[in-house]
Amino acid sequence: MDINTFKSNDEIAWCPGCGNFGILNAVKKALVKLGKLPKDVLLISGIGQAAKLPHYVNCNCFNGLHGRALPAAVGAKIANRELTVIVTTGDGDCYGEGGNHFLHNIRRNLDITVIVHDNQIYGLTKGQASPTTDEGYKTKVQYNGVILEPLHPLEMAIALGCGFVARGYSKESDHLSDLILQGISHKGFSLIDVIQPCVSYNKKNTYEWDSQRIYKLDDSYDPADRMLAYQKAIEWDDKIPIGVIYKNEKPSYEEKSGIDKITPFVENNIENIDINEVLADFK
Amino acid sequence: MNTEISIRITGQAGQGMQTIGDVICKACKISGLYLFSNQDYMSRIRGGNNFFQIRIADHPVFTLRESCDIIIALDKESVNIHKNFLTDNGILFTDKNKFQIKESENSIFDFPMYQIANEYGGKDIFVNSVASGAICAMTDIPFDVIEKILVSTFQKKGQEIVDANLKAAKAGYEYVNKNTKLTKFKIDGTADKESLLLDGNEAIALGALKAGCKFYSAYPMTPSTTIMETICKYAKEFNVVVEQAEDEIAAINMIIGASFAGVRAMTGTSGGGFALMNEGISLAAMTETPIVVVDGQRPAPATGFPTRTEQADLDFVIHAGHGEFAKAVYAPGTIEEAFFLTVKAFDIAEKYQIPVIILTDQHLADSVRNINSSDLKSIKVQRHIISKEESINVENYKRYTFTESGISPRAIPSWINDVMYVGSDEHTEDGHITEDSTTRINMVEKRFYKKMSGLREEIISPRSYNINNADIVIVGFGSTYGVMKEIAETERDRKVGFIHLSQVWPFPAKEITELLKNSKNIITVENNAGAQLAKLMRRETGIAVHGSILKYDGRPFSLDYLKMKLDQEKY
Repeated sequence: MDINTFKSNDEIAWCPGCGNFGILNAVKKALVKLGKLPKDVLLISGIGQAAKLPHYVNCNCFNGLHGRALPAAVGAKIANRELTVIVTTGDGDCYGEGGNHFLHNIRRNLDITVIVHDNQIYGLTKGQASPTTDEGYKTKVQYNGVILEPLHPLEMAIALGCGFVARGYSKESDHLSDLILQGISHKGFSLIDVIQPCVSYNKKNTYEWDSQRIYKLDDSYDPADRMLAYQKAIEWDDKIPIGVIYKNEKPSYEEKSGIDKITPFVENNIENIDINEVLADFK
Repeated sequence: MNTEISIRITGQAGQGMQTIGDVICKACKISGLYLFSNQDYMSRIRGGNNFFQIRIADHPVFTLRESCDIIIALDKESVNIHKNFLTDNGILFTDKNKFQIKESENSIFDFPMYQIANEYGGKDIFVNSVASGAICAMTDIPFDVIEKILVSTFQKKGQEIVDANLKAAKAGYEYVNKNTKLTKFKIDGTADKESLLLDGNEAIALGALKAGCKFYSAYPMTPSTTIMETICKYAKEFNVVVEQAEDEIAAINMIIGASFAGVRAMTGTSGGGFALMNEGISLAAMTETPIVVVDGQRPAPATGFPTRTEQADLDFVIHAGHGEFAKAVYAPGTIEEAFFLTVKAFDIAEKYQIPVIILTDQHLADSVRNINSSDLKSIKVQRHIISKEESINVENYKRYTFTESGISPRAIPSWINDVMYVGSDEHTEDGHITEDSTTRINMVEKRFYKKMSGLREEIISPRSYNINNADIVIVGFGSTYGVMKEIAETERDRKVGFIHLSQVWPFPAKEITELLKNSKNIITVENNAGAQLAKLMRRETGIAVHGSILKYDGRPFSLDYLKMKLDQEKY
């Protein structure tokens, strides 16, 4: 098994130099390291440039609606908890259109890994502001510059008690691959927000801009320290930390609901279900 | 001997109308009486005016009458609201002293129920057991029948509560029984005492359990919520996950994900939630993922009448989801049919890999009738997927392989050694995004023409009765079945035939054309203002109806109301 095990035959439709390539490689490398079989992995996405990623990996792909990757992932994971379920989504898809699902699925805490390709811009619709676009950035719609304050997804996730909160950088593919591996291994909802330059529409947060600021958190950083994690999560203008920002081991949805101890629902035979005892309750 | 009577118990929200309703329904059923009951409640938890109504008979009944033989008014306001609904010999029981009612009409019987409730139960709330006792006495139901029911209803709350309720009920029973001025009603109990008492939503929930639904996700919305609650009650026993979603968009996308992963999945909502689900309906069609969605209609637009009934989502539901694709819409007319059509909905959804919608409404959702249990036991469930055993041999799998029927063999992720791609963009046979025009044409024809032609072969034929040489043929769908059936069977002033559709999409055009070919006067009976069925019928068959009897006050049709409207029809 090597990286080619996860190579799909589909033609890649991203712009040359797109930050998504680094994420694609990191996903494949993590899956190889974890020894996963393609048939046991399910990549789920919504709509946007990030949402095309599942087509470019040789594993199961469910490419659903804009903003709705998370709910589809919830259903699939509950139906068959043995699947490795990974959501690939963007800053618009996850924090904008799908914001409500982002909030509530951190609370739900199913064993799902969410990789957010955060390029701080809408790529597929050609350059409008996303929830994470820096204030003041001018677009064809935000003509005089963005006046909404940017969303801080990591800070938000920490506030909601998310069990695994990380930030990666698409150019640091090995580092990112390790974060993805850790996210998949974490039992519960894992959020990996990936800084990923958009070479076509984000003229501010470029490779150069990002590379000047990004630094790796070292071993001395304690991701269990929630207050420290808040500080790291919002560090942005001058220096941007990457690595596991916050970690909080807690029971997953599967454990709390008890479905981790029963046969996956997909294996149930349903052709001869006897409801006679239930009918008797209505006598 | 009476052949039937109608009883209404009315008071404020929070006075326990539902509990009395359950107790009375059970008492009637155990006494071998046929019954049909319904709740009329306001969108509030306390106060206002709610009522429970039951029609009991020596023959099967399928609808309510507006007029009542017995009314029990638990508060003063209820007396004023409901006294005009009494039949000529009807009697209204109320606590004249407590409510300071001066009228001395013979039809108002002074029943010191609050005094009895406090004396025997210790609190006002026991008035509902006093009323239950009084109804049993008025309908010749022996006290030991209600005694057993009260014990099982209240045993969870402890012996003290059980005893207080029993004492209150007994006192109410005896007060009425001993009063020689009251004419008691007596009906022959010929119904099966072992029959079931189900409402429309419980029937849908049981249908889902029988069909093998493993995942139900929904956002609470009246009148659909009791489907979720009923499934939840049996979730553990039947290995079902019930997940309350953060919104209806999440609910439908969750069930699509679950179904993609291989389990049968369902959601339920009302019009407003269904509106939010529309993109998901379209996704299920595009990804060819089977799902079952219940729309329990209530009066709209927007929030409308949250707790009342209407059939105004017909147009909306048959057109649900953007774009063109095959879907099926069932509209159960009875509680049994709610069960069977739910099982069928899962079957058809899985066979054609499409969204199937069950179109019901508050009236059917909250109506209770006695049901023969052996009827529900006969149904078979069959899967339409590549089984786990067959999966081992699958190679070079393409999720959307073109076939004659438009249906591609559906594999379950991880069961086959291959992987699969499923997408909401237009896609190739192997599920990848494409913009090729030939593929587009083939895919549209697959999802739309081919599947629709398969679905047309499996249309549920409309029910018909008495249509040959009828003076008038009434046509309806969904919950108006009962009232149309009883009118057609009992109307003596003219010959009334009726046709009921329990499938509204694909529309049974061929069947309706054949049934109506010699009919002179065709009238649709619809709980909406737009005559939506009449217009749909014209569009699909070319048949123009002669009129429509429409009701859009948020209340269901009753026998008296439909009779009055038919009398007004000119033909």
